[in-house]
Amino acid sequence: MTEKMNAHSIGGQEVTGATRIEGPLLVIENVSGVGYDEVVEVIDQRGRVRRGRVLEVGEGMAVVEVFAGTTGLTIEDTTVRFLGHSMGIPVSVEMLGRVFDGLGTPIDGGPEPLAEHWADVNGQPINPTARVYPRDPIQTGVSAIDGMNTLVLGQKLPIFSGSGLPHDQLAAQIVRQAALPETHRRAEGGADSNEFAIVFAALGVKHDVAEFFRNSFADSGALARVAMFLNLADDPPIEQLITPRAALALAEYLAFEKDYHVLVVLTDMTNYCEALRQISNIRGEVPSRKGYPGYLYSDLAGLYERTGRVKGSKGSITQLPILTMPNDDITHPVPDLTGYITEGQIVLSRTLFQQGIYPPISVLPSLSRLMKDSIGAGQTREDHAHLSAQLYAAYAHVQEVRSLASVIGEEELTTVDRAYLTYGRAFEREFVGQAKDENRTIEETLNIGWRVLSILPRNELTRVREDEIEKYYGKKN
Amino acid sequence: MNDTDYNAKRIGEVIWVNGPVVRARGSQKVGMLEVVEVGPEHLVGEIIGLEQDIMTIQVYEETTGLHPGTAVYGTGMPLSLELGPGLLRSIFDGIQRPLPVLEMRSGVFIGRGVKTTPLYRKQKWQFTPRVAVGDKVRGGSILGTVPETPLIEHRVMVPPRLTGTLTWVAPEGEYTIVDPIARLQMAQGERELTMMHRWPVRRPRPYQLRLPPSELLLTGQRVLDTFFPLAKGGAAAIPGGFGAGKTVTQHQIAKWSDADVVIYVGCGERGNEMTEVLQEFPELTDPRSGHPLMERTILIANTSNMPVAAREASIYTGVTLAEYYRDMGYDVAMMADSTSRWAEALREISGRLEEMPAEEGYPAYLAARLAGFYERAGRVETFNDATGSVSIIGAVSPPGGDFSEPVTQHTRRFTRCFWALDKTLASARHFPSINWLESYSEYVDEVVDWWKAQGYGDWYNLRAKALELLQHESHLQQIVQLVGPDALPDDQRLILMTAWLLREGFLQQNAMDEIDSYADVEKQIAMLRAILHFHDRALKVVGKGCPIVVLHDLPVVNRLVRMKATVANGEVEKILAISQAVDEQMDKVETDYL
Ligand SMILES: Nc1ncnc2c1ncn2[C@@H]1O[C@H](COP(=O)(O)OP(=O)(O)OP(=O)(O)O)[C@@H](O)[C@H]1O
Ligand SMILES: [Mg+2]
Repeated sequence: MTEKMNAHSIGGQEVTGATRIEGPLLVIENVSGVGYDEVVEVIDQRGRVRRGRVLEVGEGMAVVEVFAGTTGLTIEDTTVRFLGHSMGIPVSVEMLGRVFDGLGTPIDGGPEPLAEHWADVNGQPINPTARVYPRDPIQTGVSAIDGMNTLVLGQKLPIFSGSGLPHDQLAAQIVRQAALPETHRRAEGGADSNEFAIVFAALGVKHDVAEFFRNSFADSGALARVAMFLNLADDPPIEQLITPRAALALAEYLAFEKDYHVLVVLTDMTNYCEALRQISNIRGEVPSRKGYPGYLYSDLAGLYERTGRVKGSKGSITQLPILTMPNDDITHPVPDLTGYITEGQIVLSRTLFQQGIYPPISVLPSLSRLMKDSIGAGQTREDHAHLSAQLYAAYAHVQEVRSLASVIGEEELTTVDRAYLTYGRAFEREFVGQAKDENRTIEETLNIGWRVLSILPRNELTRVREDEIEKYYGKKN
Repeated sequence: MNDTDYNAKRIGEVIWVNGPVVRARGSQKVGMLEVVEVGPEHLVGEIIGLEQDIMTIQVYEETTGLHPGTAVYGTGMPLSLELGPGLLRSIFDGIQRPLPVLEMRSGVFIGRGVKTTPLYRKQKWQFTPRVAVGDKVRGGSILGTVPETPLIEHRVMVPPRLTGTLTWVAPEGEYTIVDPIARLQMAQGERELTMMHRWPVRRPRPYQLRLPPSELLLTGQRVLDTFFPLAKGGAAAIPGGFGAGKTVTQHQIAKWSDADVVIYVGCGERGNEMTEVLQEFPELTDPRSGHPLMERTILIANTSNMPVAAREASIYTGVTLAEYYRDMGYDVAMMADSTSRWAEALREISGRLEEMPAEEGYPAYLAARLAGFYERAGRVETFNDATGSVSIIGAVSPPGGDFSEPVTQHTRRFTRCFWALDKTLASARHFPSINWLESYSEYVDEVVDWWKAQGYGDWYNLRAKALELLQHESHLQQIVQLVGPDALPDDQRLILMTAWLLREGFLQQNAMDEIDSYADVEKQIAMLRAILHFHDRALKVVGKGCPIVVLHDLPVVNRLVRMKATVANGEVEKILAISQAVDEQMDKVETDYL
């Protein structure tokens, strides 16, 4: 990673007095040579410093976004110091085990970590020719994921949830159980651990959510390899625009400079989008859907694409963002645009949750796009792809049978359709459902899959091959 | 776009920066759409607005750090491509910067202000002239040929619009793309020609005559070729929500279609998807020539996290490359994934310019731009009297998967093939999730003769019959959802059964399966005949009173649904054998039950 501090702007320039203050924005005049996207320090009349950045520059004019908000700033006594470079944070391996605020300043009482490198929080796009296509599956121990939506090393796979659903538990379970693929267990270089380093970013979530994750990391003895960036519900929301970027800047350093396998958890991305919407509305930009700015897609892509594996580095970044769908609506712009960028999604269902099924993963709308090249003989098992497709197809049919049964009654169904109902229940309870601490091997997952499929007559199974049926159908395993 | 071929001169200075949009004050001699360079790093941009001495510039690179007062340099040229040998097998960004070179210069991450020529100057190419001194030539005339890849012969052309007499032609031999290979005496004077010329991306390349499309663009995807065919020179839209299968379908067409040259534009999509193509294509072989697919492919990658202005340009870069190979007499297929991201780039720039938005924040000129783009598809007679074509396949990513939004609606107006992807099918893992009731092709009548010429005169009727069965099924399904299938008479239940065979056994096609991934026409037709033959026979036995359950249990049914993955191309006799088994088993049913 090269330093990207493009300081053609002069820097160090200080101006006292703002022309206009509106929401988190300051308009400053009588400046010259201010650079677009430059970092500023905003000093109030009592000498306290807040940080911000330049959103727009004109002749003698700059629009500044103040992360901590403008409360208490006055037109007359506000001083703005332009720093001449874009937003960056110092990054280092010692940041693992530490807790930071939303802008990357330590808040755990410990010392400022020694900077090994200065990283621009915005990062730079990875050149597609420099990427290594991810094809190594991560075993999460969760059947609905490993069996049907395999998570791959270097993938961005969000959890689409709703308020009150156990997405935090699921994410924590994945983080706890995620095992590096066999081939990556002995990472060399700086990362001598056999386990993932974890970068966690809280975006406007409640204290107890952050606490839950902290405890969960502590319980599994992972704390020393976790870096937490916290912007909590009572912190200034605009800071959230920086928090994930700071977290990813550290992740990139660990993965691509220090060979770590990094798992990044970002929660809750819906809050992040809300912060972006707020700024956009205050600036009077033309909105696209539901008041979100037209550049929401590009902005989110700028975060999610900072995932993957690259040539010349043994490390990787795997992203597990969490977002709550407003009104459980998957077509809402936040989940919708996310789904268009990420490499699949794990969708949680309120219906399954209400039936007491954990994890309440709704498999039909869930997807892992990188699964297709990461499973099969040599990676998981030769029947994996077909088995998964069959489980999907059969479960999709269950939905039709259920709606039919609700009209004509279960008794009126054909024998085959009744078998589908039984399969549906078994699939949800035995395959999808598992305990919060149950860590299944992929082998176990696939065997459970065959067990529930064997409820169906064999000639219903057209997605699996005949030799696979021969080998696995109806077998006690 | 590169600093070796011209000298940029200072034309003004920046007065305003907002993301990719910059305003500058200066010379009034700058032309609309002229390429400029901004700031000390010479970031590449394009003039998109002029008002008195104020120019509005869209910048193709990140503008972080740019400040008022910094210089803007003019180049005197519109955004143009370098066209010549060396394009195939390349991967460029949206403004034709070769990504491997950027990687060499700035590493894993794409740096700013990296200057490089799109085509490699030092490579020598074996040039064989096809003209002689004294020949009268015009723009598009072929001067000679170069074996660009083992698959594609590069036909070096006189740049469009030049006419004159050749006063010198280089002898057969090895030349670089900047070495002169001919001299042309024109009314305006003499001019040296090389194997490379430039062409502005926003201007369609000229041709002699537009021809009606008449040949199928064979994709090997059954639901496309058999049901909703795209003709060479046609335009198709693939709309669908996230995860519905747009990219896989486009990759399938890029891999298996019988186009001579494939231009794949990743426009605002995922980095890994481009990497996948880059790593996969050199290893895959073209089913017809046996050569690596990369030998006929050019990739344009402007991924979602790359600057949006270059994303806007990437589509034009792609289609200009396509026209260039068309002009040599090739059939070119261009895929754009996704045109919605391109439209959003337009919207973003328009928003920063504070233009009056029309529908959903898109600028009012959205429809005109879409039309202009799709109009560049077509089958033409070239200026060297050959026939060439550009087919465009555009993915559309409607918000919420709702086709009523502006980009899908306008695209529908300018394309004649509509491959509607369906969320429900995708979640049931029915792929390609192309909805057979909502999709259509207006090229059906145009390609009938092509099918006839291949020896499949029954294609039109087979297709019509299968589609009718599927339509009938959807109607019956509505009844089934109210009363259950048992309430239907057996002849109607047979329609459900045949439709199921069509869906599972024919329409569904697994891109990941080695055998199923590509079906040649012979296999497609044989499969369709076999399924419809089953239907015809079954209809008779059911008519004679045989219960439908008996047919469900026939062993041949299993063979029919599995033949897509058990019978390889070139093994149609195995499908004929299945049809024979249909006859035998039906004969037996007739004797046993009736
Ligand atoms: N023909 C096919 N055969 C097998 N699997 C397929 C096929 N088409 C799509 N899929 C599956 O569906 C997944 C999603 O497809 P794809 O990536 O093409 O969606 P998309 O429409 O391009 O989505 P987005 O708009 O988010 O890019 C693939 O990863 C693959 O698993
Ligand atoms: Mg796609």
